Amino acid sequence: MSTITDPRLASKVPAGAIGDKWSTYREDMKLVNPNNKRKFKIIVVGTGLAGASAAATLAELGYQVDAFTFHDSPRRAHSIAAQGGINAAKNYHGDGDSVYRLFYDTIKGGDFRAREGNVHRLAEVSVEIIDQMVAQGVPFAREYGGLLDNRSFGGSQVSRTFYARGQTGQQLLLGAYQQLARQIGLGGVTLYNRTELVDTVNIDGRCAGIVVRDLLTGELQSHAAHAVVLATGGYGNVFFLSTNAMQCNVTAAWRAHRKGAMFANPCYTQIHPTCIPQSDPTQSKLTLMSESLRNDGRVWVPLNVADARPAAQIPESERDYILERLYPSFGNLAPRDIASRAAKRAVDSGHGVGPLQNGVNLDFAAAIGRLGKDVVQERYGNLFEMYERISGENPYETPMRIYPASHYTMGGLWVDYELQTTVPGLYAAGEANFSDHGANRLGASALMQGLADGYFVLPYTIGNELAPMLNKPTPGVDHPAFKQAEQDARDRYNQYLGIKGTRSPDWFHRELGRIIWDYCGMERTEQGLEKALSELPSLYEEFQKDLRVTGDGVSVNQTLEKAGRVDDFFQLGMLMCRDALERRESCGGHFRSEYQDDEGEAKRDDENFAHVAAWEWNGDPMSSIRNIEPLEFETVHLATRSYK
Amino acid sequence: MIEPHETPHGTQLTNLTLTVWRQKGPNDGGAFESYRIDSISDEASFLEMLDVLNEKLIGEGREAVTFDHDCREGICGTCSLMIDGQAHGPQRGTATCQLHMRKFESNATIVIEPWRATAFPIIKDLMVDRSAFDRIIESGGYITAPTGGAPDANLIPVAKPAADAAMDAAQCIGCGACVAACPNGAANLFTAAKVAHLNLLPQGQAERYSRAEAMVETMDEYFGSCTNHGECEAACPKEISIDVIALMNKDYRKAKFANRKELARS
Ligand SMILES: Cc1cc2nc3c(=O)[nH]c(=O)nc-3n(C[C@H](O)[C@H](O)[C@H](O)COP(=O)(O)OP(=O)(O)OC[C@H]3O[C@@H](n4cnc5c(N)ncnc54)[C@H](O)[C@@H]3O)c2cc1C
Ligand code: SF4
Ligand code: FES
Repeated sequence: MSTITDPRLASKVPAGAIGDKWSTYREDMKLVNPNNKRKFKIIVVGTGLAGASAAATLAELGYQVDAFTFHDSPRRAHSIAAQGGINAAKNYHGDGDSVYRLFYDTIKGGDFRAREGNVHRLAEVSVEIIDQMVAQGVPFAREYGGLLDNRSFGGSQVSRTFYARGQTGQQLLLGAYQQLARQIGLGGVTLYNRTELVDTVNIDGRCAGIVVRDLLTGELQSHAAHAVVLATGGYGNVFFLSTNAMQCNVTAAWRAHRKGAMFANPCYTQIHPTCIPQSDPTQSKLTLMSESLRNDGRVWVPLNVADARPAAQIPESERDYILERLYPSFGNLAPRDIASRAAKRAVDSGHGVGPLQNGVNLDFAAAIGRLGKDVVQERYGNLFEMYERISGENPYETPMRIYPASHYTMGGLWVDYELQTTVPGLYAAGEANFSDHGANRLGASALMQGLADGYFVLPYTIGNELAPMLNKPTPGVDHPAFKQAEQDARDRYNQYLGIKGTRSPDWFHRELGRIIWDYCGMERTEQGLEKALSELPSLYEEFQKDLRVTGDGVSVNQTLEKAGRVDDFFQLGMLMCRDALERRESCGGHFRSEYQDDEGEAKRDDENFAHVAAWEWNGDPMSSIRNIEPLEFETVHLATRSYK
Repeated sequence: MIEPHETPHGTQLTNLTLTVWRQKGPNDGGAFESYRIDSISDEASFLEMLDVLNEKLIGEGREAVTFDHDCREGICGTCSLMIDGQAHGPQRGTATCQLHMRKFESNATIVIEPWRATAFPIIKDLMVDRSAFDRIIESGGYITAPTGGAPDANLIPVAKPAADAAMDAAQCIGCGACVAACPNGAANLFTAAKVAHLNLLPQGQAERYSRAEAMVETMDEYFGSCTNHGECEAACPKEISIDVIALMNKDYRKAKFANRKELARS
């Protein structure tokens, strides 16, 4: 392992005091004259929070923008499902919040595995996001005086989370979508819906454009541009069961990775402790229950193994309130990763509850006794209703059953301070990049990051890169490299159709997800990861030999779409396991059982692992090359997280 | 409305017949085909039951049934099935993806169709094209606020009742059930929900009347006209109140009136 900075992984964070870096950057950057902006074409793939905000803003500035989404409308992007809220260092409540505190909390929450310069910028622009979204008509919650309401979220000590009922993601996305729709109406953005990116194209060391597949006709088409932005979301669906929408996938990022964009920290995935456990073998996804439930719910399991009695019949003396016992000071509010692991250990040791014994109780009986049913209903009524709709059980009478599930991915395409990948001209924004959350993301910070990237970072940094390219010729779609990429994609989809094996893409996805969840999920070991790395290649080989895709390649074929996505998930899955194996420490969402202290807490190894692992494609995920970007902490001192 | 029958918790439903609309492409004729589901858990969601059907079809070497879906949490608005003649099926205030098999009984025959509306042409099987909704938003369903120039968020206080009413309307998920349920294929509930969301807020006042005018006229280009049946409200998974339509109509009339005065003046 080398510790010399790889020039390809230069962070480009400007010198100077942490609070001056972003303004220094903006003062020094090159500008494109307003009349010249229309000479540049920018492709934005993905129209979630990050993509819609970027596309709309770039078009407002005068660039020609082509936006792509596999959804039928930009409004359907997975961002729509975010419930809790969005952070911003407004300090509207005078409770001591500040840009510095949000910066510090994010660095610490990320377990000291994020780049200081990027994170500080994120905290700085967080305040502008709220201004922008309110101007756009996002109906954030208000106090009686008409000012914005805030709440404290995910164990934060200040109230900095803005929210719109339980539908913050929906309202923010609709705001960004409407701004994008305005630009589409005005002709500033051309939207390609139901169109999937299947490859990126490099010419002379620069990203020259993309190849897309029309999901209605199967037709492959190239698009050339001066710059390409991937805002294509996270890869949490590699686990098959996750809280992500069904269509979330890694294909765009993965195809760019295969064309030279390094993939950073793929093993940093976040597991959310309060999801509804799987209820039957046909289950297709898991549903998140708001973390706020842990404010009043008590987590317990029966003391006896395989105790199948209904909760009400299990006396107090035969219950184990696991979090209260293990973490007396934080109790049921222990952080996400810690609460998740406690639940997993309880279930693994046979104490799980429910018909499949795969959950732990989240019990409100004490809260109802103390506060009365009305207060509990006032606080959580809509969540209880949602739970009942899904599980068919009434949480006022029987405890909820919860279990951790894959929720968010901190890893993603490596980007520098300008959000440019290791391929010049190719950018990544939102959950698709790795930039700001280190090894663990704080609640309500993903929406903030997506909008920061799209509204307030890319529109500046792309201009800086494009300015020197004015009036220089760029390759068009008749260039042989585009034709080749189209042919490769055509061959790939024909190949899936041609295997004519016996198993569906979903079958393989389920099997893949099981391996990744068992060995590269909440708790990882060297032995387990090696087992995964021996099982995955043979399952992948089976996929290549025994896949069955029915239907054709010239009309809508969701089975075929899925085959391509599962193929890429396989390759990513192998890289995840390799990354988890190589990172011989525990940090944030990456918990290696070998690296824990006597009390079961994660043990970081700052001496050897205070760096970003950026993987370089080398023809096969099993032989990808691990490069590193060292992380320097000039402002915040490295410290151990403690929640005892 | 009577809540549909609940199958007791933890049972298997057996012997279901699914009568599903199959159509190869936008320009092909379609027909119903029947499939059997021998057994399915009451815990399965309706779409998981269709997943099971599709796995079975692929196993038999047949093409899977195409249907739109994504979040499966009732928020993205992608799922869109007509189940036994009801948009999103029998459970009130519930999108197709949140419907569970415990709302059905063994031995039932379930008819599954796509949204049927002139403005939503069928793409394939149960998938339709709802982009006419996007055209309505593009024509005026926004507040013009380019990135960068916004004043501090708390400079624009919004009275809580206004914020709450705007939020009630803003919850629309753009699914199109209102159109599918309407005998005229009108999109008034969808359009009015957006008009109400923006026109109720102080930030939305500058464009209030031009917005109502542009959106209503685009709506009329694609969709049928409203004759106050109220089917839309009953089908809406977000239970958006039909009151928003009155608000839209009021602003639209005002827009037309104001515009005539403008014209007379010039
Ligand atoms: C249940 C849930 C609740 C959450 N709650 C919160 C919360 O309260 N607060 C918070 O801050 N975060 C929350 N998150 C996380 C947050 O919602 C996401 O991280 C964030 O919305 C991602 O936004 P994005 O713009 O990066 O990507 P997405 O919104 O996922 O958008 C991806 C876009 O890319 C397109 N796309 C992808 N691949 C391709 C391709 N190959 N070709 C063409 N188009 C493509 C898609 O069509 C889509 O438009 C939550 C996440 C989940 C799962
Ligand atoms: S108004 Fe209701 S039914 Fe109509 S699109 Fe919106 S959510 Fe769907
Ligand atoms: S699939 Fe998203 S609302 Fe039903």
